[in-house]
Amino acid sequence: MALMRYAEALNAALREEMLADPSVFLFGEDIGRYGGVFKVSKGLMEEFGESRVRDTPISEQALTAMAVTAAMTGTRPVLEIMYADFVPLTLDALVNQASIYNYIWNDQVKMPFVLRTQGGGGAGAGAQHSKALDSMLAHIPGIKVVAPSTPADAKGMLKAAIRDDQPVVFLEHKLLYNIRGEVPDGDVTVPLGKAATVRDGNDVSIFATSKMVVEARKAAELLAADGVSAEVIDLRSLRPLDVNAIVTSIAKTHHAVVVNEGWRFCGYAAELSATIMDHAFDELDAPVARVTLPDMPIPYSEPLEVAMLPNAEKIRAAALATLK
Amino acid sequence: MAPRKTASVSSRKTAAKPVKKDFNGGTFADFSKDEDLNAYREMLLIRRFEEKAGQLYGMGFIGGFCHLYIGQEAVVVGMQMALKEGDQVITGYRDHGHMLACGMSARGVMAELTGRRGGLSKGKGGSMHMFSKEKHFYGGHGIVGAQVSLGTGLAFANRYRGNDNVSLTYFGDGAANQGQVYESFNMAALWKLPVIYIIENNRYAMGTSVSRASAQTDFSQRGASFNIPGYQVDGMDVRAVKAAADEAVEHCRTGKGPIILEMLTYRYRGHSMSDPAKYRSKDEVQKMRSEHDPIEQVRARLLERKWASEDELKQIDKDVRDVVADSADFAQSDPEPDASELYTDILI
Repeated sequence: MALMRYAEALNAALREEMLADPSVFLFGEDIGRYGGVFKVSKGLMEEFGESRVRDTPISEQALTAMAVTAAMTGTRPVLEIMYADFVPLTLDALVNQASIYNYIWNDQVKMPFVLRTQGGGGAGAGAQHSKALDSMLAHIPGIKVVAPSTPADAKGMLKAAIRDDQPVVFLEHKLLYNIRGEVPDGDVTVPLGKAATVRDGNDVSIFATSKMVVEARKAAELLAADGVSAEVIDLRSLRPLDVNAIVTSIAKTHHAVVVNEGWRFCGYAAELSATIMDHAFDELDAPVARVTLPDMPIPYSEPLEVAMLPNAEKIRAAALATLK
Repeated sequence: MAPRKTASVSSRKTAAKPVKKDFNGGTFADFSKDEDLNAYREMLLIRRFEEKAGQLYGMGFIGGFCHLYIGQEAVVVGMQMALKEGDQVITGYRDHGHMLACGMSARGVMAELTGRRGGLSKGKGGSMHMFSKEKHFYGGHGIVGAQVSLGTGLAFANRYRGNDNVSLTYFGDGAANQGQVYESFNMAALWKLPVIYIIENNRYAMGTSVSRASAQTDFSQRGASFNIPGYQVDGMDVRAVKAAADEAVEHCRTGKGPIILEMLTYRYRGHSMSDPAKYRSKDEVQKMRSEHDPIEQVRARLLERKWASEDELKQIDKDVRDVVADSADFAQSDPEPDASELYTDILI
């Protein structure tokens, strides 16, 4: 084990996969000489050269489509989109191309490409650089969407994503890059589509991904002081979703809080809520509680932003409400 | 008919001199007998296939979209004559001709149009969505302009993998106004990617003429600000197309980067089966058919040079009709997909 920052763990995953497989290459805006806005690809251009770590023009739409055909013809592109807020520029390639070819062309092609991006609020980045948009991406059949919350998962899941023959959107969070955690040494992958129980509890289950797992863990601490035993499930993967892990936890606690940093209306929390109703309705002792971003743009000013983002206190309040 | 300001096909009788630069010495080599016979057969196959597809559509065997390539046959046939194994082809929604020229089976294409099991996409794709890894045909795309970035990606991967294959990326005068085209041009030129951008200028984007939609109607110059060389080619003369293709392929294979070929061509039918084409006159269409038809040009040459007799041409016609009739029979008799096919090849 080694203590690593989340960004360092991602860097290690990229480096190891590039060393292991020459068909893996990185491209994106300012990922090479600049080292990536969040330094995830730092040092890799120096090590692997400009053809494998390629700085690109600011052309998200064309780049994503190029990743699609490059992936179809024997390479494994890892494309970095600097902010999740820019992902809408890539949606044509995801919705109309990457996600459909395998089906309409009858499994003649594989699509091993990874779109890495980072989203989320809390950094004062304003309305065009703070959104999660994970719900929008998870809506697309044919695309895997994952959002690890720890350095160990960041490394293991990125390695798995690069080896996956399906397009994977890999969601990072700008406020997770500097968190530290133990990361297993060596070639360890974490499967996509498997949730992890990060805290055991008996009274209420809290389901979250990415930065919201950090908030859920803090909420569980607060709830412990309230005398409530909260279980925290890090879903890790939004699509495919580990439904079994959800049902198993609710069968124990009979109360559920679903947390998502995206918008509420038609959002991922609503999907989780419906999934729980489909699979564990009889286990519930109270309606599922949703903790989300309100349906509005994200403001810049710190007190305003703090007031709107989901956080540990809001999760705690939701959990207590379901237990009343 | 509004004459184009530059290089109107109808203004050039034998035509085919690229106007922007002294491309290929301003002339092009004549075809040999074999080349003319081959081009004749290939173009005729596309023509007869598309006519049959139009009939089947009218009879209700084909639903949804169906965009016919009639009139533009010389473009894809001439381009294909310059390729080698491994070169890739990608295009938009008017794709039947490209697939036939790539050697994909007439049965497979026609049965896809009728949505049958034996269709190239087993009925899941339809007219705009067929693909063949074996023939290096990458679709068939229904989002106008998207194939330009996808085709650029094919070239990018060729470069990354270190082969000398070339990506033939076809799009129309309408697609040329999409933003991602220029993102692609920039990267292709910046990284010297082996891609030939073939702009099939058939004068109408659906029903909107080039002059009503485009500030710069000389599409060969659309890459000018990226220093991508561009040439206008008489897309109704298969010899001119082949000559331009040879030059362009050589340009790409030798690492000089992308190149644009604007094919001056014309579609005889409407944009799709539901388009009566009221935005242009019948005279305009008739004039093009009678004076510039790509197949008639070759046919006249074959007869004039006594490279083929009327009887021999009739035999070719018959052979082609047999292939098309067989494809149509197959496409009508092949079973429709079983409902169980719906849930195959699904990703999470």
